[in-house]
Amino acid sequence: MSLSTDDVKRIARLARIEIDDVQAQATQAQLNSIFELIATMQAVDTTGISPMAHAQEVYQRLREDAVTETDHHAAFQAIAPAVENDLYLVPKVIE
Amino acid sequence: MSNASLSALAAQLAGRQISSRELAQLYLDRITTLNPAINAFITVDAEKTLLEAAAADSRIAAGNAGPLTGVPIAHKDIFCTDGWLTTCGSKMLHNFVAPYDAHVIQRFKAAGMPSLGKTNMDEFAMGSSNETSHYGAVKNPWNTAYVPGGSSGGAAASIAARMAPAATGTDTGGSIRQPAALCGITGLKPTYGLVSRYGMIAFASSLDQAGPMAPAAEDCALLLNVMTGFDPNDSTSLEREKEDYTRDLNRPLTGLRVGLPREFFAEGLNNEVAAAVEAAVTELKKLGATTVDISLANSQLAIPVYYVLAPAEASSNLSRFDGVRYGYRAPEYTSLDDMYCKTRAQGFGAEVKRRIMIGAYVLSHGYYDAYYLQAQKIRRLIADDFNAAFKVCDVILGPTAPGTAFKLGEKSDDPVEMYLNDLYTIPANLAGLPGMSLPCGFDTKGLPIGLQLVGNYFSEAKMLNVAHQYQRVTDWHARQPEGLK
Repeated sequence: MSLSTDDVKRIARLARIEIDDVQAQATQAQLNSIFELIATMQAVDTTGISPMAHAQEVYQRLREDAVTETDHHAAFQAIAPAVENDLYLVPKVIE
Repeated sequence: MSNASLSALAAQLAGRQISSRELAQLYLDRITTLNPAINAFITVDAEKTLLEAAAADSRIAAGNAGPLTGVPIAHKDIFCTDGWLTTCGSKMLHNFVAPYDAHVIQRFKAAGMPSLGKTNMDEFAMGSSNETSHYGAVKNPWNTAYVPGGSSGGAAASIAARMAPAATGTDTGGSIRQPAALCGITGLKPTYGLVSRYGMIAFASSLDQAGPMAPAAEDCALLLNVMTGFDPNDSTSLEREKEDYTRDLNRPLTGLRVGLPREFFAEGLNNEVAAAVEAAVTELKKLGATTVDISLANSQLAIPVYYVLAPAEASSNLSRFDGVRYGYRAPEYTSLDDMYCKTRAQGFGAEVKRRIMIGAYVLSHGYYDAYYLQAQKIRRLIADDFNAAFKVCDVILGPTAPGTAFKLGEKSDDPVEMYLNDLYTIPANLAGLPGMSLPCGFDTKGLPIGLQLVGNYFSEAKMLNVAHQYQRVTDWHARQPEGLK
């Protein structure tokens, strides 16, 4: 398997990372060498092996459905790039 | 003084031979003198440090001191620290003053240990040389033309240069152990789930684990006593009885079965590293240990498996950096989508972008089974190898890294070459097992060599016992770089 420059651009788009043609070409070569390394695991027969998602077999804990957090919005919004009337500002998305 | 162990420093504080303020000032002075050449710290704030030290002195005076109250510590810049700039080595968080403390920071504060500052690291902990930091590479104190390892390279270098007596680190694929090896110090990655990840900026959540770094194993045991414990704010934090990790330090090693995985001594291992590790095995035998030949056959696949799973988790974790709620936002954009794309293109460095893209690809439609699921299945095989090995041995021993420190710039253009550095450390992360690195010699260039121990789940006290007994009969861990004493 080998990624084309268009594949690289599509992946960058999925990841919401702007990329130009020159960068896409450089990235293509690097990603292909990494995927060559990754491809070595394709030869392993894993029939019947259950996937291991986590180091410990633990389950999500549940707690009482009660308010435990206090209001920190002033502190959290003080470090935001743009805020107005306690709302995070982003470019207009609805005309 | 700067070469004293944590217990010796604590004893001097308790005996009022020195105050916490004086001790903090001593290390701050060393940072002022040495850090310009080493670049181990991203943020130093002497005023804050001395305030925390003064509070520790009050506690000592009032008789409320814990075992390490007043001993200062440096924190990896991956831990959110209330009121401190917390960059994670990235331009993305160049202006992020954390609004709360990570659980690890809360614990060290509660223990009365003043923070000496925030240490440099590979961007978002992605790297093995500390060269991916937006704040410049860290230099190895043993030779400043060489890398300190990564990603906790600033932490390791700060201890090697004795700019801090202790430091926190995090380890996703070797980020505590490999820099500890390359800088000639001791570092331990605990069993997954022992230390809370709350407030520790996430890279690969199923692998990330915080741990202590210090000159000696005895220091690490004391630090581990502070760091570990259940935290309801981390869904993977384990509810277990609190342990005293110093309890077995002085046990004799008679009858200890040391497993030597043949795959860790095979082709690709530097001869000088192999010789130093073998000499350490001889020392342990003199102390009463026996060796067992074991095989971790699937560990050969650890790197490909890791470079699927870690980027997959990273691509998800790092989606939060979008220029909306905190951190960097691109100065110019035409739409919301354009703002995301430009913010992330400008805010992330090359290695982070590569890994996010690998992750986005392996999780994308049509590729999930072939990559992500296959990697998770082999992860199981790797963990099964360890489980089989621990039926015949108590601890596994091998090299931490295939070589000693390499030159700055030597591997920075070749990601795959860089990734191969973590060949021996990644398997423990995949299995969730504890691992540690301790110094076991120097190569002919005068660069430190690291020995790795991997233990069974929750066997930190035993690993620390082995390391401490080894350090009682050797002095590699006590050596300091010439010119920095």
